[in-house]
Amino acid sequence: MSEKIDELLNRGLTAVADAADMQSLEQVKVDFLGKKGELTSQLKSLGSLPAEERPLAGAAINKAKKAIQAALDERKTSFEAAAIQDQLSSESVDVTLAGRNSQVGGLHPVNRTLERIVNYFAQIGFGVEEGPEVEDDFHNFEALNIPGHHPARAMHDTFYFGNGDLLRTHTSPVQIRTMEKTSPPVRIIAPGRVYRCDSDLTHTPMFHQVEGLLVDKTTSFSDLKGVLDEFLKHFFENDNLAVRFRPSYFPFTEPSAEVDIECVMCSGKGCRVCSHTGWLEILGSGMVHPNVLESAGIDSEEYTGYAFGMGVERMTMLRYGVNDLRLFFENDLRFLKQFN
Amino acid sequence: MKISENWLRTWVNPDITTEELVATLTMAGLEVDGTEALGAELAGILVGQIEKAERHPEADKLQVCSVNVGADENLQIICGAPNAREGIKVAVATIGCTLPGDFKIKKAKLRGVHSFGMLCSGKELELSDDHDGIIELNEAAEIGTQLVDHLGLKDTAIDIDLTPNRGDCLGIKGIATEVGVLTQTEVNPVEIKTIPATINDTVEIKLSAPQANPRFVARVMKGVDINAETPEWMKARLLASDIRSIDPVVDVTNYVMLELGHPMHAFDLNNLEGAIEVRYAKAGEKLTMLDDTELELRDDTLVVADDKKALSMAGIMGGKFSGINEKTTDLLLEAAHWDPIDIAGKARSYGMHTDASHRFERGVDYDLCAKTIERATELLLEIVGGQAGPIVDQIDPEHFPKPRSVKLRSARIERLLGIQMSEEQVEDILSRLGMTLSADEEGWLVAIPSRRFDIAIEADLIEELVRVYGYNNVPSRKPVAEMAMIRQPENRLQKLQIGRLLAGRGYQEAITYSFIDKDSQQLIDPGVEPLPLLNPISSELGVMRTSIWPGLLKAVEYNQKRQNDLIRLFETGLKFVPGEEGLAQVPVIAGAICGRRYTENWEAANDKVDFFDLKGDLEAIFALTAASDQFEFVASQRDGLHPGQTAKILRNGVECGFIGKLHPQTQKEFDIDEAVFVFELDLKRVLGRKLPAFNPLSKFPAIRRDIAILVKESVTSSQIVDLIGQTAKHWLNNIVIFDIYRGKGIEPGYKSVAIGFSLQRSDRTFKEAEINKTLERIISALTEKLDAVLRD
Repeated sequence: MSEKIDELLNRGLTAVADAADMQSLEQVKVDFLGKKGELTSQLKSLGSLPAEERPLAGAAINKAKKAIQAALDERKTSFEAAAIQDQLSSESVDVTLAGRNSQVGGLHPVNRTLERIVNYFAQIGFGVEEGPEVEDDFHNFEALNIPGHHPARAMHDTFYFGNGDLLRTHTSPVQIRTMEKTSPPVRIIAPGRVYRCDSDLTHTPMFHQVEGLLVDKTTSFSDLKGVLDEFLKHFFENDNLAVRFRPSYFPFTEPSAEVDIECVMCSGKGCRVCSHTGWLEILGSGMVHPNVLESAGIDSEEYTGYAFGMGVERMTMLRYGVNDLRLFFENDLRFLKQFN
Repeated sequence: MKISENWLRTWVNPDITTEELVATLTMAGLEVDGTEALGAELAGILVGQIEKAERHPEADKLQVCSVNVGADENLQIICGAPNAREGIKVAVATIGCTLPGDFKIKKAKLRGVHSFGMLCSGKELELSDDHDGIIELNEAAEIGTQLVDHLGLKDTAIDIDLTPNRGDCLGIKGIATEVGVLTQTEVNPVEIKTIPATINDTVEIKLSAPQANPRFVARVMKGVDINAETPEWMKARLLASDIRSIDPVVDVTNYVMLELGHPMHAFDLNNLEGAIEVRYAKAGEKLTMLDDTELELRDDTLVVADDKKALSMAGIMGGKFSGINEKTTDLLLEAAHWDPIDIAGKARSYGMHTDASHRFERGVDYDLCAKTIERATELLLEIVGGQAGPIVDQIDPEHFPKPRSVKLRSARIERLLGIQMSEEQVEDILSRLGMTLSADEEGWLVAIPSRRFDIAIEADLIEELVRVYGYNNVPSRKPVAEMAMIRQPENRLQKLQIGRLLAGRGYQEAITYSFIDKDSQQLIDPGVEPLPLLNPISSELGVMRTSIWPGLLKAVEYNQKRQNDLIRLFETGLKFVPGEEGLAQVPVIAGAICGRRYTENWEAANDKVDFFDLKGDLEAIFALTAASDQFEFVASQRDGLHPGQTAKILRNGVECGFIGKLHPQTQKEFDIDEAVFVFELDLKRVLGRKLPAFNPLSKFPAIRRDIAILVKESVTSSQIVDLIGQTAKHWLNNIVIFDIYRGKGIEPGYKSVAIGFSLQRSDRTFKEAEINKTLERIISALTEKLDAVLRD
């Protein structure tokens, strides 16, 4: 009996060792340990043995079963490991190949700049206002203290329509429209397209401006200086940026100031961009003219205000080193993608 | 305006360099555009004297001159000028110097005789048009000095870009006053002498338009020598100011204008008939101007006329007939006050712009008319001689500008500027600006000088104060404000969110012009008459866009021509649609896609975009509103788009945009090589967003069922989906069309549509019987309403 079991064990172990794959291993299990397997039938035949031999034979059969089961498990584990190895080696990829569908687009550089400008002012409580681009004479000129005979009209190169309406030459009409519909304090920033009848290397007939307006009971020129100084240092991310204010003239502000910054291309040393002056003209600003407040129905004795306006293309050019204004409206993808 | 620094410094001479002077002007609001060093091109030209002149041995017309230029030895110079003779002082171009026109002076040999330089004519030095002979300098010219020094040509022209409010600075006098105030330097104005009359001739002056012309000053001068030479110093100053020398009389009128800022005019007295009358022109009245243009005048135009005819356009330009000419002997000088508002825009309306109109539109000192005449008389007597008559100063007291005073309150200075200024500072600054102050309880009453047309209100005075005080001496106060939060309605999308979504999906934002050419506009919106500009830059930019598409399609074409095989563009902005209720300025977002779906890659996925790529992008936008179910795509037709691939987009049944494939013909017109898909959405209708409203999560499983039905081609997927939705009602959890099959086994004109949907109850698990019943209802609805046949 024991020889028989030994022989079965040996055969079983050999079969396990010889199994070429998971399937044949499964067959070995069936052949030896399955319901009709050889070791199982030995176990069933125990009853035919004399009683005194049974425990010994039973123990031998169980031992053989365990040994075969252990061999099967071990073999199975190694097959599984090999299968994973196979999977791994078959699945390696060239990780340097390009990823799929990775293209992204982006905002236009002018709008990117607009958003930055607007965000700085939104942080300190300026709300965004927009207005129509086809404007009437009143909002674009009259209410801004530029009557029909005013020489400043000649500076504006206005596009007109047959009914006397015009394309707004600045975002300043938004000041008037806002003051007309709200009461002070007014704190707004007005971004948008503006138009001038002028087209050459440094002028496009359409461009963008951002207008700011603050009207309150204690607003002074000193506040205007403070807010613009702070903004310009933040916009150019340069805490040491030199900013200077120069007297100028706008019909809708009094006093009026042009704001210059130290040339960001040469750090004020003088270069082609700043015409070797070291300074760049960047903003127009001033204290809102009493006539403007009054024409929008605000008491100019009780309230004062400041206003400022800047060209967004110019800010963008200086920030990113763009040297040709006309690129902004050619919409060449090679240009646009540089700002994604 | 260009001014001569030398000239300015004769009025006011602060101890500062040219650079410092320029900076001072700029920082006071008189922005200097640039400076130009004058006389540099004449370096090396010396004053010399011909000590000996002998005939050239080989040439009759040449002379061999021995010229003293102050060196140890005289220079031997050959000269062909007929006026070259012993004793005269001449301009000598020495060897090595370069004449205007890049003509370099070298040692030369003329018919065997050496020449070491050149004696120059006025034309050769570009000082005049004279080429009949060499320049003869006056006796006093010092031998050996640089010619530019002798002629006073070494100078700096300062180009000041004056703002339109500072008409008072359009002359040396005004600038000098500013410089005096800014540098605290004494100003030495030119002395204006009262010239007594030596003859009695006068001309009667009639002010027939006194509100526009309340003062007219005139003087007769007789017996002038029009052929006299304008002195070199005057020519040099005119030249530095970019004004050509014409004849001595015109030169003097220009000189006085540059000096005092008051334009004036000289008529040829002998071409005048009767009295002078200032009146409005008769409509259609003709006048030939000094520059030979013939004008037909309007009746809003002021003229200076005599009894018979218009002589000049008042304050703008003289007429040819009455102007100074080479036969003039007798003059009538004019200096008048023209009201800025009356004259504003008149020159421009005739396509003109003159030094006079530029000044009168900005306002010229009305107290200066007579002084201007006196100054001109003095200069004319010196240069062209003659006799001066008495000054006729015709004033209309009713319309002549009254003295003006403006109240200035100390409290207001601090309020507007944020700084305190002492009384002394205020009084010092304003009085140096020529204002007279009388103190009162709150501050001062300030009398405004007649030259300052820009000062009308208190804020104007405060600007003057801070301008002289220095803008940069005002401290900057960091923003301080009442903390107030800004409304941010959660039920509105920001258009930037849509832009960012599209950018994330590969779109590049474009900005195209709001005006386009009418042809492109008509390709897209032939039924809409666009708003035309009266004065466009060109017809290419002639009408306001009624859609963003034409601009975007041009950008597509531009990029396609530059080898871009994947183009996705969008733009936000206004479109301008004329309608019965006037012009609608509608904010829209529009896009165009063309070319590859993905960038070229190593897989096979190199398909081109189609309608559903674009539709997917729009559905993603709609998903941002959390209200996708409010949007609907309805097959539609639109000009410029493919009739079989166009949909109108509705939100809650209201049109809010279009999507479609560009019509192949339109695509061709735009010169684009590939299919383009476009969309446009009305932003106002799209931006509304649903606030999230919580729905309890069902604890019970959803049961999915798939069916395939055979329907006619004309049945749309939304019909099927809507019908199943209506039938399954709120039990429908999800529905998807996962296959559409045409071809083998399917009759032509039909399609097989495979639909998967899941049903779920929120209160309990679905029972098998319920599901089957629902399924049956769905199938019978599809059969009845859409003629569908269930496939096995």
